[in-house]
Amino acid sequence: MHSTRARVPAAPAPALGVATERIEGRDKVTGTARYAGEHARTPPDCAYAWPVPATVARGRVTAVDTAGALALPGTLAVLTPGTAPRLGESDDPTLAVLQDDAVPHRGWYVALAVAETLEDARAAAQAVRVTYATEPHDVTLTEDHPDAYRPEQAGGRPALRERGDAGGAFTAAPVRVDVTYRVPPLHNHPMEPHAAFARWDGEGDGAHLTVYDSSQGADPVRTALAALFRLPEDRITVVSEHVGGGFGSKGTPRPHVVLAAMAARHTGRPVKLALPRGHLAAVVGHRAPTIQRVRLGAEHDGTLTSLSHEVTTHTSRVKEFVEQAGLPARVMYASPHSLTDHHVVPLDVPTPSWMRAPGEAPGMYALESAMDELAGALGMDPIELRVRNEPATEPDSGLPFSSRGLLACLREGAHRFGWADRDPRPAARREGRWLTGTGVAAATYPVLVSPSTAAATARHDGGYDITVNATDIGTGARTVLAQIAADALGVAVGSVSIGIGSTRLPRAPLAGGSSGTASWGWAVHRACTRLAERLARHTGPLPAEGVTAVADTAEEAGRTPPFARHAFGAHFAEVQVDTGTGEVRVRRLLGVYAAGRILNPRTARSQFIGGMVMGLGMALTEHSTADPAFGGFAERDLASYHVPSNADVPDVDAHWIDEDDPHLNPMGSKGIGEIGIVGTPAAIGNAVHHATGVRFRELPLTPDRVLPALA
Amino acid sequence: MSTAHPPQDRAGTPDAGDGHPDGAAPTRSRVTFRVNGEPADLTVDHRATLLDVLREDLGLTGAKKGCDHGQCGACTVLVDGRRANSCLLLAVAQDGAEVITIEGLAAGDELHPLQQAFLDRDAFQCGYCTSGQLCSAVGMFAEAAAGHPSHVTDPARPAGRGPVELTPAEIRERLSGNLCRCGAYPHIVAAVEDVTR
Repeated sequence: MHSTRARVPAAPAPALGVATERIEGRDKVTGTARYAGEHARTPPDCAYAWPVPATVARGRVTAVDTAGALALPGTLAVLTPGTAPRLGESDDPTLAVLQDDAVPHRGWYVALAVAETLEDARAAAQAVRVTYATEPHDVTLTEDHPDAYRPEQAGGRPALRERGDAGGAFTAAPVRVDVTYRVPPLHNHPMEPHAAFARWDGEGDGAHLTVYDSSQGADPVRTALAALFRLPEDRITVVSEHVGGGFGSKGTPRPHVVLAAMAARHTGRPVKLALPRGHLAAVVGHRAPTIQRVRLGAEHDGTLTSLSHEVTTHTSRVKEFVEQAGLPARVMYASPHSLTDHHVVPLDVPTPSWMRAPGEAPGMYALESAMDELAGALGMDPIELRVRNEPATEPDSGLPFSSRGLLACLREGAHRFGWADRDPRPAARREGRWLTGTGVAAATYPVLVSPSTAAATARHDGGYDITVNATDIGTGARTVLAQIAADALGVAVGSVSIGIGSTRLPRAPLAGGSSGTASWGWAVHRACTRLAERLARHTGPLPAEGVTAVADTAEEAGRTPPFARHAFGAHFAEVQVDTGTGEVRVRRLLGVYAAGRILNPRTARSQFIGGMVMGLGMALTEHSTADPAFGGFAERDLASYHVPSNADVPDVDAHWIDEDDPHLNPMGSKGIGEIGIVGTPAAIGNAVHHATGVRFRELPLTPDRVLPALA
Repeated sequence: MSTAHPPQDRAGTPDAGDGHPDGAAPTRSRVTFRVNGEPADLTVDHRATLLDVLREDLGLTGAKKGCDHGQCGACTVLVDGRRANSCLLLAVAQDGAEVITIEGLAAGDELHPLQQAFLDRDAFQCGYCTSGQLCSAVGMFAEAAAGHPSHVTDPARPAGRGPVELTPAEIRERLSGNLCRCGAYPHIVAAVEDVTR
């Protein structure tokens, strides 16, 4: 069937900016979207793997008795540090599973049971007997820990930055705030526990490894597996089609995918491995706890003269990860004297990693709470204090901002929230047993982008195929990429098919750092622009294979622009505090954002609101405890680690201001996946102070902390 | 959010061929139940949950495993019309049960109104809790229609006197057994309201 294409069709209405419904939405509401542990129908010869976590916090494995496990019906194999296949070199030591007898933290995997059924595998894992030589452990972070050191970098930036004489200027300041805030360990807990299905086909040089993994980026998983299993990348396929959330915990490969591939190779069977929820706290990363000292010195008119933000955090003994909580203080406020610093303490704890807005979320909790304290000390409105200290250029770098909408967000939010009517006096609004208060906090998140490739094909039948190994972890990546493609091609979004989530597709970076849409979208935009040019020159019907254009944004996305680029936001919260129980209830939550051009209002709104809900959890319910007696985290399930439930979440609203920033990417967008969490905990904490008159400086604000302070 | 089936009534038939040669008790039994209207006749491991049998044996992966402990609600299905955490039900105890999963909610290509409302309101992101949210909400409709009170229902309201109105507070409370880490709750409540209004 030949169709003669109109080369210059009447351009349809632009797709970007429209609240297009999720392309995969129907699959998700009908239960047909397949996640890693459920991809395709389980092959009849599929085996199941179940890992065995260490029950000591530090030491080494002296013996693994597998006899009991192997005697159980259905057991196929038990891999141990002594028997597991040797892996190749990896730059991530958390992936070197079952390679030696060291136990660096409680929950580290020390064996892997493989069996015919899920029930058999679980029973076999429970029957493995491990003997340890234990050593004394230390899992307790303190601000004066003797092992604390200053790392070279925090979040890829220098750990220490200093301008002027922050200490001297602080001492000389007429108004001073010197406070220390604490954020506990936090767990990502995506609804889908990490899972992988692995299958080896062929032998020797013809061997091919296929993996379905719950990951935020299939290409990084493939790269890691290639090194570990000493295979060229073209003999590995990794698929991450639908991913049940990640929030950073699936950002890089995690041990489960290595174990699944190892078990499949060892047994010669396809293997499915889904981590039990109770294992996640120890093996997929967490937000490291932070102890943050903030010192603000100001003139009586509120002008900051000194700003110091000093962070102490922990890492594991396996690898260094530094929660970069001091970074936002380099962006937010003008001050002639400034110090931002990080120290890290290696402990016998699981390895921390990214959790939604690493650095910004805990760092802005401390900084924005301290700013509220300073406003109180000055007798100044907290919004006015921020206006007073709005910088002309990025304070740390001196670079001009490509755009900076903080004040616009604060003003728009104040208007929508009814801030002008606020009585600033704390503890002045009591109704029965309830105290009511409101609070505000700013938010920021950097604009990040990575090089990507993509391909665009005009099909013979008039449709378009766009392929890029992007990952949709719930953001709506498919949908927004289709919208970007449609506009670049000048066609209706319905004529665009989008393929993502497989290493068979053009290489692309992971979904992380709120950079997915910018990175993938830029490559899609470029491929589609090229395709449109080619089609404009094309005469006659398209060839059967269609016409394809590819793009690689290594050059343009890798360029460092002469601008400081960040999204900004303002969060407003209204809380009620029960003076009888100490319970804090959020009544209203509002976020207003300046994040470039909003490409899909529907999915953007969901991301903003979702981030705020996670921030509500960080403020009120979520915490984990590094158990000093046994090591490891005490809260390992969803009954003890309290993520917000529906009844915890009140009226939450998100808005944004129009921002036209030409220094970003062809779409004009900034990342929106993380900024929603950033200011929310401080806004809630500041509202609790306004309600009660008590300043709490350690999260979460649980009744056991709040009630005694109200007495 | 629990079902109260007497286990004795629901136990399957021990598989005679599966007993250990030394006379040990059988570890598998035959059960027959219906899933989305279709009969399922299976020999199941006594340790297997309904969730794992749905997902691993019947290929119905719409019901999700989020915690395997009845703490997250992602595995929620309807058993004899009532919502239940299928990770807390042993498959062997479901003999004769009528099970509806997310795959059975739509009438062919026509979505259940609540599925459509979830699409309209963008009441999900990653989608992993969505099956459970939907099944749970459908179960909730029946409970409210039958006049079952919740924690936020006015205690002065006489029990069994007609349906309970599903206000936003009632919806939030009654769906709090279904966690959503993407934080879609405000949109979930809006979607449920679209259907109840």
